[in-house]
Parts: sequence; C-alpha cells; structure tokens
Amino acid sequence: MIVAISIGAVNVPLGEVWGIVLHHVTGAGAAPSDPALDQIVWNFRTPRVVLAALVGAGLAVSGAVLQTVVSNPLADPIVLGFSYGATLGAVLVITLGGGVALAGLGVSAAAFVGAVAAGALVFALGRRRGRMAPTRLVLAGVAVGYVFLSATSFVQLQATPTELRTVMFWMLGSVAGAQWDQLPAVSAVVLATTTLLSLFGRRLNVLLAGDESATALGIDVNRLRAALLVLSALLTGTVIAVAGSIGFVGLMIPHLVRLTIGADHRRLLPLTALLGAVYLVLVDLLSRVVNRPNELPLGILTALLGAPFFLWLLRRNKGLD
Amino acid sequence: MKLTVEGLHVTLDQNPVLRNVTLEAREGDIVGLVGPNGSGKSTLLRTVYRSLRPAGGTVRVGGDDVRKLSPRDAARRTAAVLQDAEGNTTGLTVAEIVALGRAPHHGLLGRDGPEDRSTVADAIDRCGVRSLADRDYTSLSGGERQRVLLARALAQEPRLLVLDELTNHLDIRARFELLNLIRATGVTTLAVLHDLDLAARLCDRLVVLCEGTVVAAGPVLDVLTPRTLGEVFGVRASAERHADGVVRITYGAQPLAGDRAPESASHDLPGRRNVPETTA
Repeated sequence: MIVAISIGAVNVPLGEVWGIVLHHVTGAGAAPSDPALDQIVWNFRTPRVVLAALVGAGLAVSGAVLQTVVSNPLADPIVLGFSYGATLGAVLVITLGGGVALAGLGVSAAAFVGAVAAGALVFALGRRRGRMAPTRLVLAGVAVGYVFLSATSFVQLQATPTELRTVMFWMLGSVAGAQWDQLPAVSAVVLATTTLLSLFGRRLNVLLAGDESATALGIDVNRLRAALLVLSALLTGTVIAVAGSIGFVGLMIPHLVRLTIGADHRRLLPLTALLGAVYLVLVDLLSRVVNRPNELPLGILTALLGAPFFLWLLRRNKGLD
Repeated sequence: MKLTVEGLHVTLDQNPVLRNVTLEAREGDIVGLVGPNGSGKSTLLRTVYRSLRPAGGTVRVGGDDVRKLSPRDAARRTAAVLQDAEGNTTGLTVAEIVALGRAPHHGLLGRDGPEDRSTVADAIDRCGVRSLADRDYTSLSGGERQRVLLARALAQEPRLLVLDELTNHLDIRARFELLNLIRATGVTTLAVLHDLDLAARLCDRLVVLCEGTVVAAGPVLDVLTPRTLGEVFGVRASAERHADGVVRITYGAQPLAGDRAPESASHDLPGRRNVPETTA
C-alpha cells in the first residue's frame, strides 16, 4: 500500500511516504517539510489506496457469497443485476443533473439506492411460496439486470456528449475521487458485512451440499439465502456507489482463491477479501502509471490483467474436469 | 430413537402424494421403505427430515413432533443420506464434507473443538474413507461418495438415520459393505430401497408404500408375500428364509400380465432370476 501511495503522476520517495503516513496516523516524527507533498500523499493518494482496498475486498466477498447462494459459478454482482441497478441510479443523476425527483441525491447515493432496489427486486421475484430456488434467483437477477440496462440505455440517449463521457467513466469505475470523509461509512459497511459473512462460513459450506442435504443438516435454507442476499446487496451497493461498477473482481477473485485453497468459506472469505483488496490497489496503481499523466478507468484494467492469469489457472486445474 | 409417523398427509402442488400414512420404527430397528416408483417413498423421507411440511398428521422423533423442533435440534436427532445428484461441492475435500455433519451442533459463532474433530475422524474411519480424506469430493466414484455421505451423516451423531437409495450405482460388494456398516451403527434407520433382495437382507421390518398409502407393514417375511409382491410390484415372486438366515426372493420369469405402467415394473425387478449370491 505504501508503494501504491508513493507512485503516481508525481513520484514520492518511499521514505517520505512512510514519514507522512506515520505522522498523520500516530502523530510521531517531524511534520512533513513540503506541504504540497503532504497534500498529495495524505489527502489524495492515501484515501484513494484505502478506498481501492475496501472496494476490491467488498466486490470480491460479495461475488464469493453470491456464487454459493445461487449455486452458480458465474454469479457476481453484475449477473444478479445489482450493478445495473446502481448504474441506472448513477446515470439518472448524471444526466438529469439532480432533477426534481432526485434533488438532493448525489451520484453515490443514487447508485446505492439503485443497487439495493435491484437486490430487493431479485429477492422478491426469486421467491415463490417462501422458497428461494437458486436457478429462479439467478434468472430473476439476469432479467432484472436487463430491465435496468434498457432503462439506462434509454436515459443515455437523452444525454449530452459531456454527460455521456461522465457516464462512461462512471461505468468503468474509478477510485480517483476518494476523500477521507467518505471512508468511515464505506469501511464500516465493508468490514461489518465481511465479518458477518465470514461468520456464516460454516453455513455457506453446508449450502454447497445442496438444499435438501442442507435442510437435513439443520439449516433453514430459505432464511439463510435471504440473509446472505441482503448482506451482499448492501455490500455491493456501498462499494459500487463510491467506485462505480467495476467488473470482473467479483467474479474472478473468489474463483482464484477457490482454485488455490479450496471452497471452505471460513478460509475462502477472508482470503478473498484480502486478495480483492490487494488486486484493486494494484490495478489502481497501474491505472495511474500506464498512461501518465492520464488515468485509465479501473474496469478496463481489471479484466485485461486478470483474465489471462485466470484462464491460465483454469486450464491448469485438474479438479474441474 | 423411536420414529413415529401418524396419519401423515402430504400434498405437492395440490396433488396428494401421501395419504394417511402411519408407521413406526422402534429404537434400533432398521425399517425398509419399499414400493414402486412414484409411490411417495422419497416424499415420506423429506417429511421426516423436515424438508416438507405435512398437510396433516405428525412425524415424531424420540416422541417430539419434528415441526416443533428447531431445524438445528431436528438435525441433531435425524441425519439423512440422499441421492448424490444435487449440490455443488467442487473444492471441498472429503474431510471437509464429513465435517459438515457437525454443523447442527454449533451456533453461528461455534468453532470445531477437539471433540468435533475426533467425532469426524471416527466417522471417517468407520466408513473406511480415511485414505480419501484429502481428495476433492467431486473426484470420487459413486460408491466412494456414498460412503463419504454416510460418514457425514454419522458425524452428525444422529439418533435416526434416513437413507434414500443409498446403494444405487454400487457394485454388489460395496452394497454389502455399506449395509453391514449401517447395521453396525445400531442407529434407528428408515431406508428407501429399490432392490427388494437388499431390503430383505438389511431390514428388520418393511413398509410397503403404493400410491401414497401403506399397503403392508411388518416383519420382512410377513410383508413379502407372493400376493403383495404381485399386487404392488407386478411380479410373480416369493420370499423365503434360507438356511444361512438370509431372506431371498425368487422371481418368476415374466412380470404378471396387467395394465401397470411400464415404468412401475421397474428397471431391474422383472424377469430377474435369483442369482445365487455369495454371502458377505
């Protein structure tokens, strides 16, 4: 993380970075000599790196849980429609510029509302007679996603070119706008839901055995699914709201960890969070360097970097035959 | 623990599947549930392990109505080994699958202690899957999987075992081994068995289901009369206890003439001769 903070449009020596971060966190050491450097390190880079870590962890954990909840290896926040809900919310605010209905709602708030609304819809439509069958859930998610996507496309047609550019950047995701004051809320949600979901680890394992077996093992399958769906919608909504809809992390990181250490959620979830965090910090770092001084949106790099490695791992793994 | 089913009615999508089913398994008994396809055997099991809510009647395990027990309490009494088709267990090892049996013994915050680990190890040893413990479950053969699922059920430390076609797809030696294993547990067992020979061999008592009702119940030889075998299964057959103490069924060459649906004269029953079996 320290390395990630030091590199950017302006490179800051590692030692300086340490000094500045240490000074702000503990109050120890001398105050930074150069106020501009201090500004860059503490007010721009540090919150950005912290946010990237939180977003990466949140997306990855959410993907891991959703894959188990709907019993489908392709599941992630995008497939279940959460991301498209968030996109519609964000695009509405960007293009209507906070029109009458949405006055007072920022892009982030609208995206959060969109994601959670999509989650609620999937939840409601995926239920039948109190039972949440995995296939119905995933198909409901896909359908809800398409509806939100159509609505988003329609709104985009009404947008000006400048607005479209903003929309596109939002959709590809970025943590460039990170600020200290948004971090407490985001980190609280990410840490709380990730911890809670990790506590559900054993039950998630039981869910892998299939619904009938899980019932015979004393799990109320429908209640568990409902709780997990709510938690992951909250988690996804929060991180997408601040960073945009970043693809691939939620799908790939959980599989990467599974292929390496197995599917026991009590190990899987914490490690998925960790790897998701590290991965997005790295991707964000690259997005700042490859095209200096311009930045690339995260969504482009997450897949571009991750896919080849993922495919390599996929071909090497014998367990999938 | 004793299992008592009283006046059970179950409907699925408004179709009555079980009608007024009453049966009992005494402590330590192995009760076989037999009947043609679609007679409601699996539905009855699902009601016992609480996957289905009955429209009427009760299922009692150890004297308590299972609907009044919490899911976890019920799972501490009853363990089920179901057919292997469902689930997505890629990435779990055999040891991890068996350890799932400890789930009903813990709350949300519970962690496996030494006692859990020794129970799991014991179940693994008893089912002879020690050498497979670190293998990925999905890489196992059908017979190995069944033994692993039985080990998971034993790790649950159940007082009642519910088995659905446990021996399907197994070769004859594996069947006998598995049956001996179940006998050795001494746990009250309700087992759906397709193969009548196997049912006769394993069970103390049999219950015959046909079109959702119990048509015969009692000790094996009392139930497997030529008349019941003819009316329910549509085959000419008789059962007798041989000198070695094993009940064997002799089938006639042809199914009985009649208007039974072809699928209910099930795959392996009609026309099958009683091949002399080696005693295990």
